[in-house]
Amino acid sequence: MNGPDETLIRIRNLHKRFGALHVLRGVDLDVRKGERIAIVGSSGSGKSTLLRCINFMETPSEGTIELDGEVLGSEVRGKDGKPARKYAESELCSVRERVGMVFQQFNLFPHMTVVENAMEGLLTVKKIARDAARARAVAQLNKVGLADKLDAYPAKLSGGQQQRVAIARALAMEPEVLLFDEPTSSLDPELVGEVLRVIRALAEEGRTMLLVTHELGFAYHFADRVIFISDGVFHEVGTPDEVLKRPQKERTQAFLARFSEFIF
Amino acid sequence: MDYTWDFEVVVRNFPVLLRGVVVTIELWVLAFPLGLALGFAVSLGRISGKSWLNAPAIAFVEIFRNTPVLVQLIWFYYAFPIILGQQLAPFSAALLGLTLNTAAYCAEIFRGGIQSIVRGQWEGARALGMTYAMTLRRVILPQVGKHMLPAFTNRGIELAKVTSLASILTVHELMYQGRLLSSTYYRPLEILTVVALVYFVLIYPGSYFSARLERKLRARD
Repeated sequence: MNGPDETLIRIRNLHKRFGALHVLRGVDLDVRKGERIAIVGSSGSGKSTLLRCINFMETPSEGTIELDGEVLGSEVRGKDGKPARKYAESELCSVRERVGMVFQQFNLFPHMTVVENAMEGLLTVKKIARDAARARAVAQLNKVGLADKLDAYPAKLSGGQQQRVAIARALAMEPEVLLFDEPTSSLDPELVGEVLRVIRALAEEGRTMLLVTHELGFAYHFADRVIFISDGVFHEVGTPDEVLKRPQKERTQAFLARFSEFIF
Repeated sequence: MDYTWDFEVVVRNFPVLLRGVVVTIELWVLAFPLGLALGFAVSLGRISGKSWLNAPAIAFVEIFRNTPVLVQLIWFYYAFPIILGQQLAPFSAALLGLTLNTAAYCAEIFRGGIQSIVRGQWEGARALGMTYAMTLRRVILPQVGKHMLPAFTNRGIELAKVTSLASILTVHELMYQGRLLSSTYYRPLEILTVVALVYFVLIYPGSYFSARLERKLRARD
């Protein structure tokens, strides 16, 4: 395995309910520093919800998340008398500062230029001076190949370019983990490649990354570990070869069969 | 019709009307920004997920939107001494009523504006570690400002006209001065015509410049 064998994120018995809908049904996961994990599964299986729980875009209904040895939130008595967890706004903000996220819909700020988008977190969250923030933002934009678009507004960019800005924006915060939530799902097919190349380059730097994707071919080459989620539980977990080439379970096989004509 | 218009009395007493103009402007200049600020606070309660903030905010908005301003002003004037044991000066009672009324409408404008922004914008900002307040100030409000401008202009214009109701509480604003002159000189038609003109001159520049600003903002897109 790459990198030191040190657990950065430890998830225990994670549940997420949306009203009556029980999306995550008890998930355990250890993410080591430098590890790259691809999460695959059908729509509605809970893979995005899992990712969104890690940086608290969704509040877990049950279970604990540990970041670098620290269990997040504090235990309180819930409405039903059972123990529940409460998360302070300040704690969540500092967690999100350390856990970057890239969204399917980019979520760039349309009223800011490319470089302003990448500077925003540095200015407001890290309180870095303007000049230094700009330098850091430019360096990241350079890395994703957009140094010539600094003063363009997002609306003038292609989807692939917008997603690369979003990646630069996340990178500028120097997060310890990067979460990618279907980063290429809303892109035209011919734009997928440029985004995946950027993600692969990041992988080669040894960053800790979790990727939810439908690009199984990319997942195969990208990941140290592949998780197949089905009905809110980990159905099959292993190396890319184990899960994507020689799946043991029927559901994984059925899922892959639907993709098989496109991969490998 | 053999009515003879005679504006001589208005010309002679124009300084009386001007004193009223000063009070009308005072009411507007105080009530509008105060109403905007309070309305913003109420809108935050209105969109909050916490019911102890949400419920009072909704009640506030609905009470002030669904009762006549005139009733509100009179109510504040007469109810205050009973509730707090302290008489409120007519100007203060009028200012209070107008401010709260403006706040209720502005709260709805802010709420509509803020809620028109897609969730992804909140998530994009929050995922960077930005707080609720930072996200609102740096990401959400800058995007809705220009969409809310026409609605706020309407509110400002409406408020400028509604200040005339303060005359009922004997606040010596423009309308009160006009009625005073009318009952003194029995020339209500001439006097009210001029009063209407003065209101127009006061209000129109506001709507004119706001429309220009709107066009300028739209051209920037």
